[in-house]
Amino acid sequence: MEITLTHYLVLAGLVFITGMVGFVVRRNALVMMMCIELMLCAVNIVFAAFARLHGDGGGHVFVLMNFAVAASEAAIGLAILVEIYRRRRTVNVDDLKTLME
Amino acid sequence: MQSEILLRWIVLVPLLGAALNGLLNRRLSKQISGLLACGAVGVSFVMSVLVFLRLTGMEPESRLVQDTLGTWMHLGAFRVDLTFAMDQLGAVMALVVTGVGFLIHIYSLGYMAHDDGFQRYFAYLNLFIFAMMTLVLGGNLIMLFVGWEGVGLCSYLLIGFWFNEDANASAGKKAFIVNRIGDFGFLIGMFLMGTTLLPHLGAGEGVFNFQVLHAHAGVLAPVATAVCLLLFVGATGKSAQIPLYIWLPDAMAGPTPVSALIHAATMVTAGVYMIARLNFLFVLSPTALAVVAAVGAVTAIFAATIALAQNDIKKVLAYSTVSQLGYMMLACGVGAFSVGIFHVMTHAFFKALLFLGSGSVIHAMSNEQDMRVMGGLRTRLPITYATFMAATLAIAGVFPFAGFFSKDEILWKAWSGGNTLLWAIGFLAAGLTAFYMMRLVVLTFFGENRASSEVRKHIHESPATMTVPLIVLAVLSLVGGWIGWPHFMGGGSWFEQWLEPVFASGAQIGAHGAHTGVATVDVLVQNAQMNHAAAEALHETGVEWTLAVVSVLWAVLGLVLGWFVYYKRATIADGFKKAGGGFVYRLLLNKYYVDEAYDAAFIRPGYRLSRSVLWKGVDAGLIDGVLVNGSALAVYLFGSVLRLFQNGMIRFYAWTFTIGVAVFVLYLSFSS
Repeated sequence: MEITLTHYLVLAGLVFITGMVGFVVRRNALVMMMCIELMLCAVNIVFAAFARLHGDGGGHVFVLMNFAVAASEAAIGLAILVEIYRRRRTVNVDDLKTLME
Repeated sequence: MQSEILLRWIVLVPLLGAALNGLLNRRLSKQISGLLACGAVGVSFVMSVLVFLRLTGMEPESRLVQDTLGTWMHLGAFRVDLTFAMDQLGAVMALVVTGVGFLIHIYSLGYMAHDDGFQRYFAYLNLFIFAMMTLVLGGNLIMLFVGWEGVGLCSYLLIGFWFNEDANASAGKKAFIVNRIGDFGFLIGMFLMGTTLLPHLGAGEGVFNFQVLHAHAGVLAPVATAVCLLLFVGATGKSAQIPLYIWLPDAMAGPTPVSALIHAATMVTAGVYMIARLNFLFVLSPTALAVVAAVGAVTAIFAATIALAQNDIKKVLAYSTVSQLGYMMLACGVGAFSVGIFHVMTHAFFKALLFLGSGSVIHAMSNEQDMRVMGGLRTRLPITYATFMAATLAIAGVFPFAGFFSKDEILWKAWSGGNTLLWAIGFLAAGLTAFYMMRLVVLTFFGENRASSEVRKHIHESPATMTVPLIVLAVLSLVGGWIGWPHFMGGGSWFEQWLEPVFASGAQIGAHGAHTGVATVDVLVQNAQMNHAAAEALHETGVEWTLAVVSVLWAVLGLVLGWFVYYKRATIADGFKKAGGGFVYRLLLNKYYVDEAYDAAFIRPGYRLSRSVLWKGVDAGLIDGVLVNGSALAVYLFGSVLRLFQNGMIRFYAWTFTIGVAVFVLYLSFSS
């Protein structure tokens, strides 16, 4: 069976929906961050697939940039999470509502 | 070539005096302040005389000196120059204003000597002279209007000069507001004039320049009636005619020399001057002239009757001023503009004298103004009494005092113009004038002194700074009318001749207007010719002589009657009040309840309107309620909806975000 563009897109869609549903339903901030990574990853798959299809390197460039964004986002996010955990002893987002005020 | 430059200094020197006195104020000693103020007006007077002498050396038709400082505004076709111009009419007004003004400045030195606001007073007085000179020397209607508003401002400032008493401040406000009502009409009239004229002008012609207005008067003929009536509304305000005269009697709250200068001699004649200046417009509208004459005549008699019953010495003189201004309007209304200006001049002399004399009396009586507690001052204040008598004879119209010549001329013009009714009204008012002036003299100067012993001890003749101006004005009240000595008495009517070029050109405009197809003008010119012919005919039959003799006898009768009723048989007046005349007396004493009527008709409804609609409705309801609180409420409601989304629940944010993106993507997918 030949692997076509559709396969890539379907895979990317599944990964994205997994990340999205996870982000919405889970309460653990750490898991939610992982779900964000999943969504970013899905986008990367789409970029790579189209880059391959058109034989254009531009898509790869975006993938690399996405890595950089994801890495820095994860670094900052984790740092914040660690700090929150030290102060609150929890990373349950339903308990973190102080920004409301 | 010098006199052109002099012209601007005639106007600007008093302004300089006002600026110095106003800005340095208490830092100037009273001597220096008084010297500055009197000097400024004196210099202005001397320069006016110089320019006047130059005018006399010119050809009668080309007597005009102009001084242009520059262009004030130039917007498209609309152009106003800062021009001062003096022709025959301007010269008469300038000489009267600066001359009488100078005397009153001198008088004020004595009268205001003990006042704390000495410097402020002279600053205002000089500012007034500046504004008045702008009014009479302005070369266009806009400059005239600047002066017009300027004198109104000075009048307000000086009426409320002793502002720590509420009544004075209110009187000032009343004067200002009533004048503003008139000025509104004046402005509308100017707008109408400008919009009619602008399309017909060549490049660079100042639309409100008097010569330009003059030259294009034919264009204005279709709107002449409307324009003249609107301008006349302004004149009724400034010159205290029915229905806007009410401010003038209240203006007596100011210092007495101010009453003499502003509210008798000069400012109030601004309306008469304006009508005379724009005579070429007014002759285009017989309707407007008829209205002017009628209002003038009615005002003359109306105010004269009120003056009969007043007890405040200054109030009598104030109503007398209103009445005399009515005469001037009457003169303008029957087309005798030069006679109107003649009466402006003679009236300036004797009315300034009357007010200054009353000021001297008030000064002597320790600021008492009620004539009922005066009396017997003849021996105590001999100079004041003698000069006051001269003015009384002048205003009553006794030959050969100044008032006779001008008043008789006005009545003659009314008669010879075929307006017998106007003549009769004026004639009747002349008799009343003599009567109430005699009443004033008797109550003030004759009989027993009715003041308290305290006041009586302090009665003294005024210092020389006050009596010298009185004497000068008394001489002027005697001889001032002689320059208008009429033809039929062997004189030359020199005053009328001097002004003739100014007003004769008005008649030419009438003829010019006739060419542009205005039927009314034709009729008017014919009427004028017929009147002239009629006048000639009357002249031959000696009617003029008869009328003059009759009016002098009438005036003497009024004086004698006044003497008889108030001195010889002092009980007659009381008897009249008891014998059913009480109603008439109360009506006159309360000035026909006009103030009360205006209060009920305009002020109270205005107050109610302000309270219910403007305050409660517009201010509290619309502005505070809808605009201020309403906008705040809108923001609050919007915010409370948005607040629902700001709940701090990250997963809620995630949900809304996700749903939002999903909707967006679906929309993009299916919209194309």
